[in-house]
Amino acid sequence: MKNLIRVSIGLAFSAAIFAFAPAQTGLEIAVKAEKADNGWVSSSNRLVMTLTNRNGQITIRQMHGYSLEVENEGDKSMTIFDTPRDVKGTASMTFTHKTGDDDQWLFLPAIDRVKRISSSNKSGPFMGSEFAFEDLSSQEVEKYTYKYISDESVNGQDCYKLERYPVSKTSGYKRNIVWYNKDNFRPEKVEFYDRKDALLKTLTYSKYNQYASEYWRANTMKMVNHQNGKETSLAFSDYQFGIDLVDSDFSQNALKRAK
Amino acid sequence: MKLFKWEVMLVMASFLTFSLSSFAQETKKKEPKIYKEVSGNFKVDYRYFPEDGLYDGQHNEYFSMVFQPEIYLEWNKGKDILQFTGFGRIDQYDTKRTHADVRELYWQHIYKKWEVSVGVKKIFWGVTESNHVVDIINQSDALEGFDLEQKLGQPMVHASWSPKWGTLDFYAMTYFRQMKFPGPQGRLRPPFSVDQSRTTFEGNRDEYSPDLAVRWSNSMGIFDIGLSHFYGSSRAPLLETKDGVNFNTHYELINQSGLDLQASTGSMLWKGELIYRVSDRKSINAFTVGGEYTFSNIYKSGIDIGLMAEYNYDNRGIELISSMDDDFFFGTRFAFNDRQSTDFVGGVIIDRNNQSTRYVVEANRRIGDSWKFTIESSGFFNIAKSEFLYLLRNDSFIQFSLAKYF
Repeated sequence: MKNLIRVSIGLAFSAAIFAFAPAQTGLEIAVKAEKADNGWVSSSNRLVMTLTNRNGQITIRQMHGYSLEVENEGDKSMTIFDTPRDVKGTASMTFTHKTGDDDQWLFLPAIDRVKRISSSNKSGPFMGSEFAFEDLSSQEVEKYTYKYISDESVNGQDCYKLERYPVSKTSGYKRNIVWYNKDNFRPEKVEFYDRKDALLKTLTYSKYNQYASEYWRANTMKMVNHQNGKETSLAFSDYQFGIDLVDSDFSQNALKRAK
Repeated sequence: MKLFKWEVMLVMASFLTFSLSSFAQETKKKEPKIYKEVSGNFKVDYRYFPEDGLYDGQHNEYFSMVFQPEIYLEWNKGKDILQFTGFGRIDQYDTKRTHADVRELYWQHIYKKWEVSVGVKKIFWGVTESNHVVDIINQSDALEGFDLEQKLGQPMVHASWSPKWGTLDFYAMTYFRQMKFPGPQGRLRPPFSVDQSRTTFEGNRDEYSPDLAVRWSNSMGIFDIGLSHFYGSSRAPLLETKDGVNFNTHYELINQSGLDLQASTGSMLWKGELIYRVSDRKSINAFTVGGEYTFSNIYKSGIDIGLMAEYNYDNRGIELISSMDDDFFFGTRFAFNDRQSTDFVGGVIIDRNNQSTRYVVEANRRIGDSWKFTIESSGFFNIAKSEFLYLLRNDSFIQFSLAKYF
């Protein structure tokens, strides 16, 4: 009888271990992906955002940005709008946090004011695009829980296929499916499922370049919204790493003078 | 000769930059030794007042044009900056509202944790929406609107230091900017005229007497906080008269301490501003407290709706031009987050005792890539005779604006 109990406890344990394994593997892959991208310290880039509506009409937005890696915390970043002309000089600053809401400020040059942005707005669109704020903010491991699904090939690359679930209740998604390249752990594709678990958007990364012989950056990110037929593509250029940026370059003063 | 050609080309290039908006966008590269940007906007306003003016010479319809050029130069790897922002308005009837101002013209040098600027600047302090009691550095451009939201440029030396524990700003100002009032043919004016040449200052002060200010500000987690002190000539004029017909302005010497505080908790922003001001004549305390709640991405539409509520207190009472002595503010903000950046903001300010009500609504939409259309309306209901605004009670208006950005 004792033996029987032992066996069943043992079985229960192995079942539990078996059930947890995908979550552990999923987390491990996500951690490896983050580690692979650690140590870039600071970077800047330029960005052209192309919005395409259902009828193929195109609208173009230009901006540039700076980011600073913060150890053991989320990154700090600044985005400055160049076009359209009426929002030129408008700049947003974000302090990402591993847990809890990010801090975000917006500088509006027309009224010379820095305004704090309500930080729970994650699911809203960025500048009328198909990218939500949460798609563009720094992807910290702690923002999701993970489950490993399978190995799968995407864009001809061998990938790990993971499912991840946003921790934040204000996220617009129930889950994402992410494909990480097996070689270098860079993301190749993400599928976003809305709160009703219907496929909402697909993000595809392409034109990867390696910078500072270490960090992979996709020069194109294309987001297709399956529910409204619209598309947004981001074309990054002029990536620079190890630039002269310090903590005080991410202050309200710096936000005001950002050009 | 080559050099000459190069110069001609530079002049032509800057002309092109100035005239072709599309070209201006392409030149944004930080590599050249001097990086230059020319931008700005040109705007046409049509303002209609449904009610006839209370005073002689006033009209019901006004056309006006606004030009706001901006030049930005950056050199020394961004450590040196020159910023110019000009402003000019030509009004169909109001010769006083036809005015020009240098909003900004300063050189700024950045050295490690220090920023030093010399020249004409615009500085804003504060967090609340309906009133800005803490904000004091710049004089209001009262010709642009009786809400006093637009500011005149203020000459100063400004040093800003950012140690670990926040930012310390020091301001030394001279050349006081007087508040200007609309002319006889303008609307939103009192019945009397103000003789700008008879302005008086307290004691033996004048326009050139120095004003000094200091502010500490910091962001700590969910909090944004600012503590400030100002010493100098009050920006808010006192209206003086001997005969009840001819008025002049008087500017007191004041000490004003201010606190502005904001807390961001999820969808809610809590805001508060408080001042204590002393002059020989009077001690003033005033505050604004309230908050803004944002419903974001409503039904996945991308639309954000903000609801705002604030309470204003000021012990100056009916002496205040703004009349916000004991007033509630309720407002809403719609951001459609579409590609035309359509937005709408509206609010009412209601006096707690006599229910005098003032409203403002504004809607904006971009047309194409570089045009913007704005509809704005502002007006008064039920204004009590005791309020300063009673003098403006017939001046509700609607305005249509079209602006071209370059």
